[in-house]
Amino acid sequence: MDLSYSPEEIAFRDEVRAFLETSLPKDLSDKVRQGHDSLSKQDIERWHAILNDRGWLAQNWPKEFGGAAWNAVQRHIFEEEAARANAPRIVPFGLSMLAPVLMKFGSKEQQDYYLPRILDGSDWWCQGYSEPGAGSDLASLKTRAVRDGDHYIVNGQKTWTTLGQHADKIFCLVRTDVDVKQQEGISFLLIDMDTPGIEVRPIILLDGTHEVNEVWFTDVKVPVENLVGEENKGWTYAKYLLTHERTNIAGVGFSEAGLEQVKRIARAERANGRPLIENPHFAARVAQVEIDLMALSTSNLRIVSKAASGEAPGVEASMLKVKGTIIRQEINDLARRAVGSYAMPFPSETVEGDNDPIGPDYAGSTAPQYFNNRKLSIFGGSNEIQRGIIAKTMLGGGR
Amino acid sequence: MNFDLTEERQMLQDTLRRFLRDRYDTETRNAILESDTGLSAEIWSQLAELGVIAALFTEEQGGFGGAGFDISVVFEELGRAGVVEPILDTAILGGRLIAAVGSEDQQALVEDVIAGGAHLALAHGEPVSRYDLSHVETSLRADGDEIVLDGRKAVVVNAEAAGHLIVSARESGAAGDEAGISLVLVPTDTAGITMNGYPMLAGGRAAEVTLDGVRVPASARLGAAGEGYAALCDVLALAHVALSAEALGAMETATGLTREYLATRKQFGRPIGTFQALQHRMADMLIELEQARSSVIRAAGYMDDSTRIRDMNIAAARNLIGRVGRLVAEEAIQMHGGIAMTQEYELAHIAKRIVMTDHRFGDADHHLERFIALSAA
Repeated sequence: MDLSYSPEEIAFRDEVRAFLETSLPKDLSDKVRQGHDSLSKQDIERWHAILNDRGWLAQNWPKEFGGAAWNAVQRHIFEEEAARANAPRIVPFGLSMLAPVLMKFGSKEQQDYYLPRILDGSDWWCQGYSEPGAGSDLASLKTRAVRDGDHYIVNGQKTWTTLGQHADKIFCLVRTDVDVKQQEGISFLLIDMDTPGIEVRPIILLDGTHEVNEVWFTDVKVPVENLVGEENKGWTYAKYLLTHERTNIAGVGFSEAGLEQVKRIARAERANGRPLIENPHFAARVAQVEIDLMALSTSNLRIVSKAASGEAPGVEASMLKVKGTIIRQEINDLARRAVGSYAMPFPSETVEGDNDPIGPDYAGSTAPQYFNNRKLSIFGGSNEIQRGIIAKTMLGGGR
Repeated sequence: MNFDLTEERQMLQDTLRRFLRDRYDTETRNAILESDTGLSAEIWSQLAELGVIAALFTEEQGGFGGAGFDISVVFEELGRAGVVEPILDTAILGGRLIAAVGSEDQQALVEDVIAGGAHLALAHGEPVSRYDLSHVETSLRADGDEIVLDGRKAVVVNAEAAGHLIVSARESGAAGDEAGISLVLVPTDTAGITMNGYPMLAGGRAAEVTLDGVRVPASARLGAAGEGYAALCDVLALAHVALSAEALGAMETATGLTREYLATRKQFGRPIGTFQALQHRMADMLIELEQARSSVIRAAGYMDDSTRIRDMNIAAARNLIGRVGRLVAEEAIQMHGGIAMTQEYELAHIAKRIVMTDHRFGDADHHLERFIALSAA
């Protein structure tokens, strides 16, 4: 047992740190620090391009596709350092969700065409999985694709499509056979967002932000060569993709950055004439979550190092998701609590352009972030679904 | 012992509930939320016509209620419907404060408030005061038969709509002293007042208010010089009952929406309410909701008891409601899933109202500390 990084891992971490210090533009890290919905499409593309120049954008891709081929520990180190440095999040849809599916199940033509375009930012991908009637029960999806000569005709509706407003392309789960068991009639289609019959409608979230969308399909013609793998095998590919969606599932880096922010706020705020950080009740809350986060960080490393040595994480990923989201949400709660009455204003940037911040500059994003991050325990397999997986694995039987 | 509402209050509750159900649906409210004023003048005058504002004042003050239970009945209904109109600010924090300590001339404003013709705002909190009621740095200086105010007030709810602000200012002593705080009734168009207004996350509007050499006649003083703190405590006791009841009403809506959703939303071929994991959590929400209801009843019922008993029950209610409110808001969203994250769905607004209540005049921790201090006294 050795709780510290190896010399190679420490050297890697120093390399990542040095890169972030020199290459992360300050205007981007400032926006991330202010939190909450301030990054534009251009900001994200700029950061992707900087990472791509360094060869660090496609961290989990093998070298032959232009990836960094990092192992799980290296990816973890990067995530932790990037969160600490307030780097923008890498948008995962093309890079770490679709790409692994194409590498494993896509045709040579699909790999040659799409993968370089993901790397150089030519295509922004979004995910067409959830539907209004198919959330936790994803396999019940109804969007229909009917073969017509050398095309599929797609009709239906996807929802919760994150950053779909920026997307050039969408990968979709569609129903191609209605006469078999649900899971056996699903196919995996790549669709150009410019195709006639596609309509993207914004969904405004409770904090006033626009990050998700509805995507409607009316008689959308999709060439058959856009089918990934075999028809009606899409569920297998979807499940494969979901295991990749669950990397960095614990969000330790985000929680650590969030906890630092809470402490920074609590040192600046005063309660009864003393810094809030010295208030026994508030200090106890901060300590409690910090203790949980320390343990989670080690749980995460235990699982990460297992994965680095080739063992696939199973039920542990579900455990990390549940505990990780609880901790992140608790930290969001502390941040809003810390700012007192100044949690009440609607932050100016979502209202109208560049107004002066109301109250201290750290206050505005705390309450919206608290509300926005309620999503963490809902998306990517809700915490109820994760608990079901854990219980089923441990106890056997149904839900 | 009898926990029934009186006939009059039952009627008030029924009337208000029916009115809001008919006239204040999600769509109407969302339009109000997006409007420049953040409130509906039409709804406001209709509420006044219905006697909703009058119910918050005693007969001597020109109303027909004014007791703890009148306040809790009204605000529970306002909370149930997610009403964003500033009844708390104009009627309780403004109107009841003037009614309690105002001069005969000043009392005329109370009549206007009850008739629905005037808005008020309490300009008390300051950028660094947090929830400490006695922390007042804004200064008051007498100059002949005038007084001069200088300072900054933070998150003054309803400041822009108000015809008058009630400004707390320090006449003597240090920032945290209870003695030496005066209250002044200041017309909002007085020279030297600057407002930086903004919408709030859970609806309504507030402003940062700067007072720069604001001059008013000495007769603008509200109550005796340097003795504003006790009056503030008394009106805040009423406000705490109102806020607690409002959160209770909102929690009833959140719980009701969740119960409906569990019965109708199907996944895996059956209503999600048939999954025991969700059933038990729904049961916990209902248990906690009843705890919240009882704490509001206590806070309202002990309103006229000794200050210590009153304040202990208020601190208890605000602490309990702060805790239960978070649980109910978060669990209601979680059990709904994504739909509750969308702005246009009723629950999103209701959940925000519940959680943001905890940021007015003290959160659960603040009231826990008050409770401990009062228990030791």
